[in-house]
This record gives sequence, C-alpha cells and structure tokens, in this order.
Amino acid sequence: MAKRKPKLAVWKFASCDGCQLSLLDCEDKLLEVADSIEIAMFMEASRAVIKGPYDLSLVEGSITTPHDAERIHKVRRASKYLVTIGACATTGGIQALKNFRDVDDFVSIVYANPDYIESLNKSTPIADHVFVDYELQGCPINKNQLIEVISAFLNGRKPNIHSYSVCMECKRRSTVCVMVAHGTPCLGPVTHAGCGAICPSYNRGCYGCYGPKETPNTSSLASWFEKMMDVDDDDIVRYFRTFNAFAEAFRKESESHET
Amino acid sequence: MPQETDKKISHYILKATELKSLLDILFQREYHVIAPSIRDKSIEYDPIASFDEITRGWIDHQKPGSYRLANDEQDRFFGYVVGFSSWKKYLYPADKKLFEAEMDTKNFRVIEDGTAAPKYAFLGVRSCDLKAIEILDKILTEGPYVDLDYKRARDNALIIVVNCTRAGENCFCYSMGTGPRAYSGFDLALTEISDGEKHYFLVDTGSRSGEELISELGLSSASEDEIKTAEKAIEQTIANMSKILNTDGLKEKIWANLDSLYWDEIAERCLNCGNCTLVCPTCFCADIEDTTDIAGEKANRTRKWDVCYTLNFTYVHGGSIRTSCKSRYRQWLTHKLSTWIDQFGMFGCVGCGRCITWCPVGIDIAEEAKQLIESS
Repeated sequence: MAKRKPKLAVWKFASCDGCQLSLLDCEDKLLEVADSIEIAMFMEASRAVIKGPYDLSLVEGSITTPHDAERIHKVRRASKYLVTIGACATTGGIQALKNFRDVDDFVSIVYANPDYIESLNKSTPIADHVFVDYELQGCPINKNQLIEVISAFLNGRKPNIHSYSVCMECKRRSTVCVMVAHGTPCLGPVTHAGCGAICPSYNRGCYGCYGPKETPNTSSLASWFEKMMDVDDDDIVRYFRTFNAFAEAFRKESESHET
Repeated sequence: MPQETDKKISHYILKATELKSLLDILFQREYHVIAPSIRDKSIEYDPIASFDEITRGWIDHQKPGSYRLANDEQDRFFGYVVGFSSWKKYLYPADKKLFEAEMDTKNFRVIEDGTAAPKYAFLGVRSCDLKAIEILDKILTEGPYVDLDYKRARDNALIIVVNCTRAGENCFCYSMGTGPRAYSGFDLALTEISDGEKHYFLVDTGSRSGEELISELGLSSASEDEIKTAEKAIEQTIANMSKILNTDGLKEKIWANLDSLYWDEIAERCLNCGNCTLVCPTCFCADIEDTTDIAGEKANRTRKWDVCYTLNFTYVHGGSIRTSCKSRYRQWLTHKLSTWIDQFGMFGCVGCGRCITWCPVGIDIAEEAKQLIESS
C-alpha cells in the first residue's frame, strides 16, 4: 500500500495574504509539493477542504481580535507541526504599529459605528499564543525558503534557513555595500537574511523586511546613522518601525529614539 | 602558478599604450581575464572581455566605514588600491556546489561536479593580495587535506601584480611585511609611472610564463633610471602610508590581553554582521550545506563562505560556544593577529585594510589592537 501523503493546511489570520501567495507563486515547484503532500486546506487556492488533523500547518497573519486569539488554539490542536510564515505571524506585522498607540483613538476616528469593532489593543505574533514549531521570517517570505522548510519537514531534517545578517548575502553575491560606498543608511547589518539581499542589489538600503537577525546590535547601527550619516531621531524611529515594528530588538530601538 | 621565482627578476618597459597588447595576448591564450572595473561606485574584480572594460582615471578614498571614488589627476590605470572583493572569490568561490547525490532504490549515487578547472588571468593583484593568496595556498593545498578545486584553479592562474604607487588611507601592508611591492610569487609585476609627460609600466618578470609574455610583446629592457624611478615611487608609497600596526611581540601582547575590558568596548560597536571576514582575503571558513528536493530523491552538498560571527559557527550539541558578540570579535581579531601564527606560521592579516573600510560602523583592526594593548 502506498504511504499516506502528509496533509498540509494553510491558515490565515490578520495579514495581507502575500505569504500565502508565495506558495502559489512556487509554480512548477508547487506541483512537486502536491506530488509529495496532500494540500488539504488552502482557501486561497481551493474551496475544497479536507478535514483535519493536519501533519503540517502553515500559519500566516497575526492575532488582532479576541476571535482569532481563540481560533489559533483550534489550529494548534489540529496540527502536528505548526510553522508560522511571514512578518505578521512571527512579529505582529505592519499592523503592530497600533501597539504604540491607543487603539480606541483610531477606532472612533475611522469607523462610523465603533461599537461593531472588536479589536485587541495589540497585534501579536502567533508564538505569543501557542507553541510554534518553526518561524519563517520575511515580508513577504521567500518562496525558495518556504519550499526549503516544507522539504526539510518532509525529509525529517533541519531547514537550511540562516538567522545571520543580510550582509552575508550581499557579500556572497558581490553586491557593493550601499552604506560604505554610497552613504545610504541600511538595516542589513541587523536584519535577518533570507531575501537574498534584494534592495542593496538595486542600490537601496535594506528596509528590514525580514526582521531582526540573531543578536542584532541595533544601538550601534542607529548611533552610526546619527553620528556619521545625519539621520535624526524621527527617521530612526521610522527605520525600525515598519513591517517588524514589534519585534523586540526593533521595538526597543525605535522606542529609545522617540522624541 | 609562477615557477622558478628565485630567479633574478628582469625589468622591462611597457608603454601605457601597449597595455592593450598584453591583454590581447591573454585573450588569445584563452585566459578568463579578471581585472578591476567600476561597479556601483566601487572597484570590483570582474571578468572582462575586452581591454576597454578596464577602468582608468580613478583613485579611492578609504576611511573606517567609508569608501569613495574620485578622479585621478594623473589619469592612471591603477591609481586606486583595493576594492571590497578579493581574488578569493574566484579561487575559493562564495557558493560552490561540491556534489549532487541521487537515490537509486535503496542506495544513493554521488555525481561529482565534472566542470573543468577555470583558467584565470588576474590583472591588478596588489602585493598584499598576492600574500593573501600565498596564505590560502598554504592552508588549502599544503596541509593533509588538499582543496582540489582551489588547487586546480590556482595552478592554472596567471598573476599580474600591480605594485602600489599610492597608499590608501586604511593600508598598512608595510607594517605587515606584505607590500607595497611584490618581489616573488607573480608571473609579471607592473609599476605604473605617470608623471605628466611619460606614462609607462616598469615590468618585472617572475616566472617562465611571464618571460614568454614579455618576449611575445617584444618589450625592451628598462634603463637604470627607469628602475630607480619605480623604486622611488614605491618608497614614496611607504613614506605616505599613515596607518601603522606595530607587530613587535604582537602575538604575545594580544594573548596577554584576552581578559581586557576593552573587548567589551568593541562589542558595544560591533554589529557581528560578518562583513570584515567576508571581505578579508585570507578568511577561508566555510559551511557545508546539504539540501534535498521535496521528493527526497536528490540531494546537493554546497560549500558556502561562513564567518565566525554567527551563533551557528560554534553550535555544538547543547548550544553555541561563543554566545556573546565580545567573544566572537575577540576570536576573529585574536585569530588574525595572534593564533594564526601558532596554527599556520604567519599572520592571518595582510594589512589590506578591507575590514576597516567595509565595516559598516568603521571598526579598525589596527586601531583596536593598539587600544587593546595600551589598555592593559
């Protein structure tokens, strides 16, 4: 009898769907995935849902509502392995910008009937709520890294995903350093690798889409921006407060420059 | 690879207008010519297909954490010093597939990489970089385990050195005994002289291949005056080299300061991003990465440049050994200037200044070593 294919489910919480799209974007690789794994639930691709439990759940998005704070526990219970994908799921995402302000203030301005809105004060990563087996960072995630994680899971090995800096990718591909040679502020030295150093290869500084790297020294980088590159405190806050604003290292750095 | 390097060096004159002829011979001999060109406002060693791609008329200003190109008033070919890349990117590539393996029912079959060794001609190798190549030769080819890919590329490589007639602000090759002039280990060595009226190269030969190139070009021997002019230009470079690292007893002095509080001060600035080791022409650490396809039928083994600044570098069962940034920076500097000597019999630093220039926050190995020793 043929071995049962592992069942894959893709779940969405507060997010833009871009990371799920990375899976669809795998194109020919997706066919290979489908050969080895049963795509049991992936609403973005098909309405057909095969009941759980699931061997591997990919979770996109952050927790922003009381309803989702409950739902994520159901997902965890239905999943043997739970892997979070993207900046929202791993750090709270761009919507975590609300964490720095009072949500009630926005709600009353934006909505005609604020009473209908049930939103938590903070947008939080999945790992704040349930045990997560693996976190894949990035906004959006890199499709090759997603395939690597799925294939590592299928073959029972550790994924080759590195938590070092974007600089490692820049130098390996011989991209000229935009900070040193052009004087462009760049978050590469404190940002998690994975994108392949796209922005510096187009002469742009790294925006930090992949969130903090391991042991990031954000204060040294920010102090160099200030002293050597004439970047003021407001701009430093903006540099660190984007897609991964609530990731601890970036959050602390931005808070220390608030005026 | 140059042979008979102990033979007396002969000196010839190559007019600036004849540099093209030298390049043409290299192309005719089917060398894969790698030469300095400008990419994104920096000197980079890239493959070139014609003489016109060689850059000319630029100098570089290097400071800790800063690199800027400027026009060279003397319109030299080689007025700048070194770019961020080094020749190791060709001899010891950043990503190198070692082999592929395929499942065949129960066993797996290894498919070796069958590509022929490249035949490089490196034009514009500085003396510090030549010493760096010699360090890699020793480590990668003279120990019990020979890196065959490196050795094959190295054996085929033709090396044309350019002696430095200008010192970069971060250069300290003279302190490290690696430059600014090369005396052996090359096929040809050029010293560029441009004084407004004359523009030529004094050419030193260092191997039979070099001699053959000279005779094919039909170059005439240099006069005593021309040899002296080149010597003076090199002496001037030494006189202008402002960065100095006192190497007297350096190994012992660093050992004596392993517990210095100064390491904490450096760790506050160090980003542990890995740039210093990636641009270092002698850093050779690599990670071996195995990947599988989704079906689990094919696997690849790849060698990738690694750095001692990552947690994974010292990861063993139970965790990483060097968890603090301080311990990782200390490992790197101590290895370069001290323990490398115990391990390989020479410094691991050639004084090229790349790690100083390309550190995003300008950490300066020569200055830090000096401060460390003075802090005791």
